[in-house]
Amino acid sequence: MITRRGLLCGTTAAVALAAGLKRARAQTTIEWWHAMGGALGERVEKIAADFNAMQNEFQVKPVYKGNYTETMTAAIAAFRAGQPPHIVQIFEVGTATMMAAKGAVYPVYQLMADAGEPFDQNAYLQAVIGYYTTPEGRMLSMPFNSSTPVLYYNKTAFAKAGLDPERPPKTWPELVEYAGKLQAAGIPCGFTTGWQSWVQIENFSAWHNLPLGTKQNGFGGLDTELVFNKTYVVQHIANMGEWQKTKVFNYGGRRGDSAPLFYNQECAMYMQSSAAYAGVKANVKDFEFGIAFLPYYPDVEGAPQNTIIGGASLWVLQGHSDEDYRGVAKFFSYLSSPEVQAWWHQETGYLPITTAAYDLTREQGFYEKNPGTDTAIKQLNFKPPTENSKGLRFGNFVQIRDIINEELEAVWAGEKTAQAALDSAVARGNRLLRQFEAQYG
Amino acid sequence: MERRVVYRQRWLPYLLLLPQLAITLVFFIWPASQALWQSLLMEDPFGLATQFVGLRNFARLLADPEYLNSLKVTAIFSSAVAFSGLLIALVLAAMVDFGLRAAGIGQLYKTLLVWPYAVAPVLAGVLWLFMFSPAIGILAWLLGQMGYEWNHQLNGGQALFLVIVAATWKQISYNFLFFLAGMQAIPRSLLEAAAIDGAGPVKRFVTIVFPLLSPTSFFLLVVNLVYAFFDTFGIVHAITDGGPAQATSILVYKVFRDGFIALDLGSSAAQSVILMAIVITLTFLQFRYIERRVQYA
Repeated sequence: MITRRGLLCGTTAAVALAAGLKRARAQTTIEWWHAMGGALGERVEKIAADFNAMQNEFQVKPVYKGNYTETMTAAIAAFRAGQPPHIVQIFEVGTATMMAAKGAVYPVYQLMADAGEPFDQNAYLQAVIGYYTTPEGRMLSMPFNSSTPVLYYNKTAFAKAGLDPERPPKTWPELVEYAGKLQAAGIPCGFTTGWQSWVQIENFSAWHNLPLGTKQNGFGGLDTELVFNKTYVVQHIANMGEWQKTKVFNYGGRRGDSAPLFYNQECAMYMQSSAAYAGVKANVKDFEFGIAFLPYYPDVEGAPQNTIIGGASLWVLQGHSDEDYRGVAKFFSYLSSPEVQAWWHQETGYLPITTAAYDLTREQGFYEKNPGTDTAIKQLNFKPPTENSKGLRFGNFVQIRDIINEELEAVWAGEKTAQAALDSAVARGNRLLRQFEAQYG
Repeated sequence: MERRVVYRQRWLPYLLLLPQLAITLVFFIWPASQALWQSLLMEDPFGLATQFVGLRNFARLLADPEYLNSLKVTAIFSSAVAFSGLLIALVLAAMVDFGLRAAGIGQLYKTLLVWPYAVAPVLAGVLWLFMFSPAIGILAWLLGQMGYEWNHQLNGGQALFLVIVAATWKQISYNFLFFLAGMQAIPRSLLEAAAIDGAGPVKRFVTIVFPLLSPTSFFLLVVNLVYAFFDTFGIVHAITDGGPAQATSILVYKVFRDGFIALDLGSSAAQSVILMAIVITLTFLQFRYIERRVQYA
C-alpha cells in the first residue's frame, strides 16, 4: 500500500516536473561560458538575471569555467565535441586564435545583421573595439571587460618629498627626477610595475606610436614578425635595467605580484591595470593615492599616442539555430546599453564599451566622486589609434608573453643586456609565430 | 618447477581476462593510438584545418632547444627523485625495522612516516610552496636570516631543487612501506645466526638484508621512475608552473602546457608519444638487465 502511494506521489511529481520543464523549454536557453570568479562572477550573474527578468523569450545561463585559459580550452573542446556554448569569454591574447578559426566563430557584426538587431558600431569606443575588429574595421567579438595600464602614485609620499601631489610626472625623465627626490626623502624605491610585458613593452610601444610587430601588429596577416628589438623599447628596457640597480625601479614579480610594494609604501609609484583600482583602493590604508597617465619619452616623435587594452571579449560560436542567435543578438544589445555598461564600469573599474555609457557615468557624477577613474579612458582615447596603437594580433601570444617575461627577468637580474634579451625574445617569439602560421596555413 | 593451471573450458581463461583487457583497451590502447595518430597531424585548436605532416612534429621537437632542455631537466629530476626517494626510504625502513625488532617503538614511526603518502600531489606542492615562498615562506625567511637568498621564482636551480624535494618527500612513504614489509619478511633466524657469528647491524644489513630485498628494490625502482615521469605533474604545476625560464619544465608538464595552454595538439601528441617510448624503453631495460641480478626467494 505504502509503496503504491509512494509510486503515485512519485508519478505526480514527475508529471509536474515535466510540465515545469516544458514551460521552461518554451524559452530558448543561451549558454554563456565565462572566466569571472568571485565578486566579478556575481556581477556577471546579475547582468544575466536582469536580462532574463526583462523578457521571457530567452534565458541566458552564465557558467563559470575557471580561469581564462581553462575557459578557452573548455570551449574549444566543447566545439570539437559538437556541443559549443553560444557565448564564450576569451582573453585578449586568445584573439588571434579565435579570429583564425573562421568556421568556428560567428562574427558579431554578421550576427547582429542576420538577427536584424539594430547595431551601430560607431556607438562603441573605437579604442576598445579596435582590438577586436577585422583590418576593415568590422567587429568580430563583443568587448566585455577591458582595461588599460595607468600610473598610480602615492600623494602622501610626494608631499613628504617636497613634490606637488597634484602634479604627477608626465615624462620618464621627470619620473626619474621625482624618484630621486622620493628616495632622498626615505622612500626605498621609485616605481614598480605589474604585467611587465603588457605595460612596459606592449603599451609602451603603442603609447610611443612604435610597432611591436610588422603587418600592423599582426592585424594584416599571419606572416607578421616581432620587431620590438629594433625600436626605442630597447633603450627603455636598458634604462629600466640601470634603474633596477639604484632602485629607481624595483621588480616585484609577474602579473599583480608587485602590488604589495606599492601598498606598503616601498615604491611610491606603480604602473598597473586601471581595473586594479578597486584593489588599490581597498589595500591602501595610510596614504592618499592619485591616478595619472603613463609617462612617455619626449624625444620620441608622436608620443604620447594612445594606450591599448587588455581584458577579454565575448565570442559567439557556430553550431546553433538562428532562433538561438536572435537571443544572443538581443542579449548583446542589452549588454551594450548605457545603463548596463555604466553600472559595470563603475562597479568593476573596467572600461565602458560605448560612448553613451561613458557620458552617462560622467552625468551621474561618478568621476567627480572618484577622481582619477576617468584617466584610463582619456589615455585610451588620447589620439585616434594608428596602426601601432590599435591593438595586437599575434598567434601563440600567451607563450610569447611568457618568453618576454623570462627575458626581462634576465635583464632585471643583470644577467643579460637589454639588447641581447630582446633579440632573444624576438627570435623565440618569431619561431612561435611561424608555427602558428603553419598551423593555419 | 612450473605450476600450470588447466581449465576445463577453453573460453573460461579468456572470459576471466576480459575485464582487464577491456580496461587496457579503453584506457590505454585506444588513447595511445589516438595520440600516435594525432602526432602525425598538424591541426588548429578547433580542428577545422587538419593536415597530415608525417614526422614533422617530431623533427620540430628534436630541433627545439626548449624541448631538449626539457629532456635534460627530466633526466636530472627523475633520477634525483627515484634515487634519493629509494635511498632515504631504505635508511628509514632499516631504522624502523631495527626499532620494531628491538623494542616495538617503531610502530609510531611507521605511522608517521606513512602519512605523506595520503597527501595529494597538488597539496604536497602547495605545502612546500608555502614553506619556501620568497614572500611569505617561513623557511625562505629563515634562509634569508642565515644570509642565503632564497628565491625560486627567479633562480632556476633552487626551483628544480624544490620540486625534487617535494616529489621525493611525497614518495618516501610508499617506498618505506615496501622496504619495511620486505625487511619484516626476512627470517629472523638468518639475522640471529649472523649476529651470533659476530656480525654487527651494518654488516648484517649489507650482507643479508639488502640482497634479500633486491626484488622489492627492483619493483620500487620501476615504480619510482614511472612516478617521477608522470605523477609529479601536480607538484610541478602547483610549485613552479615549469618555470622560471623552463628550469622545471619536465616532459609531462610540457605535454600539458603545449597541448592545453598553447593548443598545439600535434606537438603535444608527439611529445606524449616520445614520453611513452622513453618509459617503455626504461622499463624494458630494467627488466632485461637489472632483473637478472635480482634474487627471488
